[in-house]
Amino acid sequence: MDEIIIEPNKSLKRFWQELWAYRELFYFLAWKDILVRYKQTVIGIAWSVIRPLLSMVILSVIFGGVAKLPSGNTPYPILVCAAILPWQFFSSILTISGNSLVANRNMITKVYFPRIIIPSTSMVVSLVDFLIAFAILVCLMLWYGFWPNLKIFVLPALLLLAALTSLGAGYWIGALNVKYRDFQHIVPFIVRFGLYASPVGFSSSLVPEKWRLLYSLNPMVGVIDGFRWALLGKEVALYLPGFLISIGLAITLFITGAIFFTKTERKFADII
Amino acid sequence: MNAVIKAENLGKKYIIGHQKQRYGDSLRDAMTHTARGIWQRIRHPLSPNRESVDLEELWALRDIDFEVKEGERVGIIGRNGAGKSTLLKILSRITEPTTGKVLIKGRVSSLLEVGTGFHPELTGRENIFLNGAILGMTKQEVKRKFDEIVAFAELEKFLDTPVKRYSSGMYVRLAFAVAAHLEPEILIVDEVLAVGDAQFQKKCLGKMENVAKEGRTVLFVSHNMEAVSALCDRSILLHNGSSYYEGIPSDVISKYRILGDARLDVSIRDREDRKGTGLVRVVGCKISFEPYGESITAIKLGDRVYIQVTLEAMEMVRIFLSLSVKDATERLVFAFNSREGGYAPVVEKGEANVILHIPFMPFLEGTYTISASVVRVEDKVLCDKIENVYSFMVHSKDLWGTGVPFTSYHGVVFVDHQWYKENSTAHLK
Repeated sequence: MDEIIIEPNKSLKRFWQELWAYRELFYFLAWKDILVRYKQTVIGIAWSVIRPLLSMVILSVIFGGVAKLPSGNTPYPILVCAAILPWQFFSSILTISGNSLVANRNMITKVYFPRIIIPSTSMVVSLVDFLIAFAILVCLMLWYGFWPNLKIFVLPALLLLAALTSLGAGYWIGALNVKYRDFQHIVPFIVRFGLYASPVGFSSSLVPEKWRLLYSLNPMVGVIDGFRWALLGKEVALYLPGFLISIGLAITLFITGAIFFTKTERKFADII
Repeated sequence: MNAVIKAENLGKKYIIGHQKQRYGDSLRDAMTHTARGIWQRIRHPLSPNRESVDLEELWALRDIDFEVKEGERVGIIGRNGAGKSTLLKILSRITEPTTGKVLIKGRVSSLLEVGTGFHPELTGRENIFLNGAILGMTKQEVKRKFDEIVAFAELEKFLDTPVKRYSSGMYVRLAFAVAAHLEPEILIVDEVLAVGDAQFQKKCLGKMENVAKEGRTVLFVSHNMEAVSALCDRSILLHNGSSYYEGIPSDVISKYRILGDARLDVSIRDREDRKGTGLVRVVGCKISFEPYGESITAIKLGDRVYIQVTLEAMEMVRIFLSLSVKDATERLVFAFNSREGGYAPVVEKGEANVILHIPFMPFLEGTYTISASVVRVEDKVLCDKIENVYSFMVHSKDLWGTGVPFTSYHGVVFVDHQWYKENSTAHLK
C-alpha cells in the first residue's frame, strides 16, 4: 500500500515519483487536446496546413518580393518555410501552455495531480501540427527540386531545442498567469512581435556581424538558424557562438521555468 | 485496526488582502505595492512592515488532530465556513496545509465535484476515459469497468454523442458513474448526493453503502444528516475551523443542532444577513406545542404545533408574512404564505407576535429549517427576508399503530390516505 505524507513542503524525489505515476494522465490530456483541436470546424485538420502556408506566402511576398531581401541560392519560400515551422511550433506551445492553467481551473481546484502535466501537454498537439505542416516544406522542396543533405537528421535534436525553449517560457508564463492575469495579454504580443524580431522572414546573416552575438540572446534565433542549417544544405553556415548561446539559454529557461513552476504550484488552487 | 489517515496539528491559513479586493490582483498592483514597501523601508527603516496592516489572516482550519482507521466510515459535518471543504482539499492534496501534516496509507480518490475535466466536445465514451484518467484510474481499469459504468449511468444509447448535447441530468449521471467505479482504499465524498433525481440519489447512496461494506474507508461530508447517520459509524463536527466534537453520528448531529440553535437564539435580532427595507423586521422565531409555549426542536410526525414569529415594526403597517420550510438538502418543502392564506395583519409600531397553527405536522423524519420574509401589502415592497431563523427535527411515528412507522423512507411529506377494495364500504366509516 502506498503511503502519502501531506505536509507544507514536498520533496524533489516525491515530485519525480508522482510525475511517473501520472504519466498516463499526460497521455490522456494530450489525446484530448488533439481530439478537440478542430472539433466543429468544416475543414478540420486542414487548418494545420493553411495557417503556416498563409504566413509563408505573406512573409515571402513582403520580405522576398517587396523588400527584395537576399536569400542566396535558396528559393525564398523555402527559406521562410524552414523558419516558420519551428516558429509556429514555439508560438503554439507558448500560447497554449501560457493560458493552460487558467483554462483548466476547474481541474486544478477539484483534483490532485502534478500540475506541470497541464502546460506540458501543449507540446504534443503542437508537435502534431508541426508534422502536418512539415508536408508543406516537403512539397516546396519537391517543387523547386531542392534536396537536403544528411544534416536533416539533426532536425529532431533541433526540435527538442525548440520544445525546451517554448516549454520553459510556457512554465514561467503559465505559473505567473495564475496570479497575474497580465500575462495573458503579454503572450499574443510576444508571439506577434517575436515573429519579426526573430529571423523568420529573412536570413539572420543580414544582421551585422557585431550584433549577432547580442541577437542570439533570443533563443529562437539559434533554433531557426539551426533549422535552416539542417534543411538548406550547404547554402547556410551555422554561426556557432550564437548557436551555443541559444542552447545555453534554452536549457536555462527550461530548468528555471520548471523550478519556478513547481515552487508555486502548491498555491495554485488557492489563488487561481 | 491500523490508522489509514492520521492528521496532526493540521492548519490552513489564508491571507485576505483587503486592498487587493479594491484594486484587483494585477501585476501593476504588485509592483506599486513593492515599490511603496521599499520606499517605506528607506524612510523608516525601523518601523514594522506596513503591508501587514492591509492583510488579514484567516485560519480556515486550526489544530486539527484526528485518526481514521481502516474500514471506518467517518462523517464530517459543520456549518458553511466551518472548514469542511478546506479539510477535504488538504486530504485530497489539492491545497497544501500551512502547518502540521497528514499521513495517508492507500490510494485516495475524492469526489469533490463530479464531472471534473469533462470536455463538452468529446463524446460520452471519450469522456469516460478522460475523466477516469483524471480521477486516477489507469486505462486498463477503465476498460475493464467500461460496461458497468455505462450501465450504471443508463446512457447506452448516447455513448457516441458529445456530452454538450446531454441534458444536465444525463451529464451528472455519467459523471457520477465514472467516479463511483473508482476503487480506492480511501474514498472522500463531498455533497455528491445533491445531484440527480430522487431515484438516482438513492442509487448513489446504495453504491456508497456497498463501498463501505467492502471494508474501504469512507470520509463523507454532507449537510444531509440522515445520510450521515445512515452511512457513518463516527462523525466529526467542525466549528470555526477547529474540531468541536467527535463521536457517534447521532450525538454529533444533536451537538450540531444545538450549536446552530445557540447561534439562532441569540442573534436573529442582531443578524445582518437579511434583505429588504427593514420597515418590519423578523426578530424572533420559535416552535412550540401550544401558543406562547416552550420552544421545542424535536417534533413527531402528526404533532400539533405552533410557529411563533416575533416582528418589530418601525410604524403601523399592513403586511403579508411568509415562512418557507426547507429540508436538509435545501429543497423547499412548503411555503406558508399568509397572502394565499388570506391573512394580512396590521402591525403597530413596536413588537408583535404572529402565530401559525399547524394542526398536523405532515413532514416526515428529517431536519428542517425555516426562512421568513415580510412584504408590505400596499405596494408589495419587501420589508425583510432572513434565512434559517429556526431549525427543527421531525421524528418518525407509527401513526396508525400498525407497528411500522412512517419514516424518511416514505418521502418528504405524509399524505393522509386510506386503502380499500372495490365495492367495499369500509372506507366510509
